[in-house]
Amino acid sequence: MSDGFNPLIVGFFCNWCTYLAADLAGTSRMKYAPNVRVVRTMCSGRVDPQMILWAFSHGADGVLIGGCHPGDCHYQEGNYKALRRTALLRKMLTQFGIEPERLRLEWISASEAERLRDVVNEFSEQIRGLGPLHLRPDVREEVVAA
Amino acid sequence: MNGNGNKSVKIGVYVCHCGTNIAGKVDVKALAESAAGLPGVVVSREYKYMCSDPGQDLIVKDTKQFGLNRIVVASCSPHLHELTFRKTTANAGENPYLFHLVNIREHVSWVSDDPAAATEKAKALVKAAVARVFWHQELQPRRVPVNPSVLIVGGGIAGIHAALTLASAGKPVYLVERKPSIGGHMAQFDKTFPTLDCAACILTPKMTSVKQQPNIHLMTLAEVSEVSGFVGNFKVKVKRYPRYIDEAKCVGCGECIEMCVYKEGKYPNDFDLGLGKRKPIYMPFPQAVPPVPLIDPATCIEFKSHKCPKGCVEVCGDRDAIDFSQTVKEVELEVGTIIMATGFKTFEPRRLPQYGYGKFPNVYTSLEVERLVNASGPTLGQVVLRDGRRPEAIGILHCIGSRDENTNRYCSRVCCMYSLKLAHLLKEKTGAHVYNFYIDMRTPGKGFEEFYKRVLEDGVSFIRGKVAGVTTWAQSPAEEGKLILRVEDTLLGVVRRIPVDMVVLSVAMEAQADAENVRRLFNLGCSAEGWFLERHPKLAPVDTFTDGIFLAGCCQGPKDIPDTVAQAGAAAAQSMSLIDKGYVEMEPNTAWIEEELCSGCHVCVAMCPYTAIHFDADKKVAVLNEALCKGCGTCVAACPSGAAQQNLFRDEQLFAEVEGVLV
Repeated sequence: MSDGFNPLIVGFFCNWCTYLAADLAGTSRMKYAPNVRVVRTMCSGRVDPQMILWAFSHGADGVLIGGCHPGDCHYQEGNYKALRRTALLRKMLTQFGIEPERLRLEWISASEAERLRDVVNEFSEQIRGLGPLHLRPDVREEVVAA
Repeated sequence: MNGNGNKSVKIGVYVCHCGTNIAGKVDVKALAESAAGLPGVVVSREYKYMCSDPGQDLIVKDTKQFGLNRIVVASCSPHLHELTFRKTTANAGENPYLFHLVNIREHVSWVSDDPAAATEKAKALVKAAVARVFWHQELQPRRVPVNPSVLIVGGGIAGIHAALTLASAGKPVYLVERKPSIGGHMAQFDKTFPTLDCAACILTPKMTSVKQQPNIHLMTLAEVSEVSGFVGNFKVKVKRYPRYIDEAKCVGCGECIEMCVYKEGKYPNDFDLGLGKRKPIYMPFPQAVPPVPLIDPATCIEFKSHKCPKGCVEVCGDRDAIDFSQTVKEVELEVGTIIMATGFKTFEPRRLPQYGYGKFPNVYTSLEVERLVNASGPTLGQVVLRDGRRPEAIGILHCIGSRDENTNRYCSRVCCMYSLKLAHLLKEKTGAHVYNFYIDMRTPGKGFEEFYKRVLEDGVSFIRGKVAGVTTWAQSPAEEGKLILRVEDTLLGVVRRIPVDMVVLSVAMEAQADAENVRRLFNLGCSAEGWFLERHPKLAPVDTFTDGIFLAGCCQGPKDIPDTVAQAGAAAAQSMSLIDKGYVEMEPNTAWIEEELCSGCHVCVAMCPYTAIHFDADKKVAVLNEALCKGCGTCVAACPSGAAQQNLFRDEQLFAEVEGVLV
């Protein structure tokens, strides 16, 4: 199933921590899997569950949210909100037939380029193992409407 | 519909080669060609350096020629060049927020192995940006005034220099220092490398100027306890701990110290690292600023038993400066900018027990030796061992806690030089044979290599090798009663045993023990080692990711005095450039609430960490106060009806971007 399969992953990275970790990985010339496509938000708290569902319904095989470590949020507590939303959304994903492991939330600070690399590599492999996400057309419509 | 109503959208896409940084991995030609076919794209080009003048001119010219009203540049991180290209867009006559930057360098070319995969990824990101920029709207940055007052945290040489620079330019400065005197580590040093200037001779005039400068409000025994607000308008709470002596009334005569019931110093003096003794009422050191003693309530008899004859109070007489009733006070300050100058701590050598620190009395840290060689130190400049003997042989061990996988991997930058300096001073003062044990000799500053030569000519021995351990286990009569250093001399290729009387551990610089708390207090980033993170290692070395907060000195990383002073000057200049401009432009990424769509569910009200949203009970809708909004977008993500929206991160923009990276 996973033969020749190259997963597509949307990364929602917060401007102050994880996006900067990805910048640092770049300036440090670390190499990692090319599967994650980053959408920058100011805070992981801006990541609307609808955006995640939108990603899954438009071809994403996985979604990775990167925020600041607990207590380090640039906006005090947006990362906690992301945490709560993610936990709830995972339950909903199951109901749509989407494996909850396809949604991952990680705290990666601006200095943790190595961690960013490892998380991206590991998550890409994990999604490769899960195989492509096939949403039934009727479910897909429901996901879009959700 | 699009971001500017029904006016047709004309997008220009510009792919940067960045020399070979991008073009070496990403097929920039194919990327530009693929972008040319995307909806709305009128022109798509690639160019060697988009950020160069000719690169920017391309955008300006095309905008005029093709009537572009959206610009997408695919180059480096928005943290580097977003502002550059926003200005270009403005120069081309369009609103700067009708621009979007795609990061295909840090996030693509530099991190990819496979050129084909990198090109695919870059195509997806450019496609997303084109889809996103379609929904961009004209925005105006908010302007907020900048309070001219500056808070400087830490009164070492960095804080002092920044304070004096700002104050002489007429800016009000609050200098907060947690110790009883300013001066920091530099006040503890004897001489400074490579010129051998006496540290006190060059520092104390600056310390005195701090006291005399009317624009500087000095707060010692004080700590910042709370920070709120934002660039231009910070609100800061400072805790002031009691000195038990009124600074306004004290004249610094020191008679109270003389009259203390203790006739001799009894308690270890922090400033001398416990090598000297002080009384319960004491001056931290003779040149302390403010020149006011303090009372240590833990050791003062009056505090412990209330039965002291209080000779101090009696001799102070009418001046009445001694006040046992002082308590912790909190003051609130309003400042526009903040300079962090919180310094460093020295490495704790007990973490490396093989060197016997704390076990063998004649193993010292380099900072302790600074106090020993100092004429106003605990031994009045006499270098003697704990038993009063003069050392005949001294070993200086470099890299204790630096360049070591077990402790710190980084080089502390100053140890080679201060070890050379101590070697010179110790040889001069004692005539002892001095050995330096080093891994590599690092002397890369102005006049540093020359100083190294000079110390070589002094007759100091240099042995290349890291000392394995210090022992007292003598194996020959010559080693009896000595500290024996076991070391592999890597130039001779033999293991040697070198008996000495005194061992100096050249300890590393480390981030302050509470750097983590301070970092959180000020919302700063930190490197893995605990140093505060600068905004850009080369181009913004004193800025932080929190606008209006700047870094100076060793809180940002190990450095020597000249670099510290240079950085402090830079931080002061950055702060001044904000103050003198008088206002800051805030990123217009604030949220707003569409009244007609709001169902009045209250969800956003509780979400906002800045209480920027309140509920209008009459209209039954949520109302957002733009002045308080900081643009996190948490309310937008939570709003079930789509009434809350965020500029630059509108739902349409983000959804289009997500779709763009995927399809």
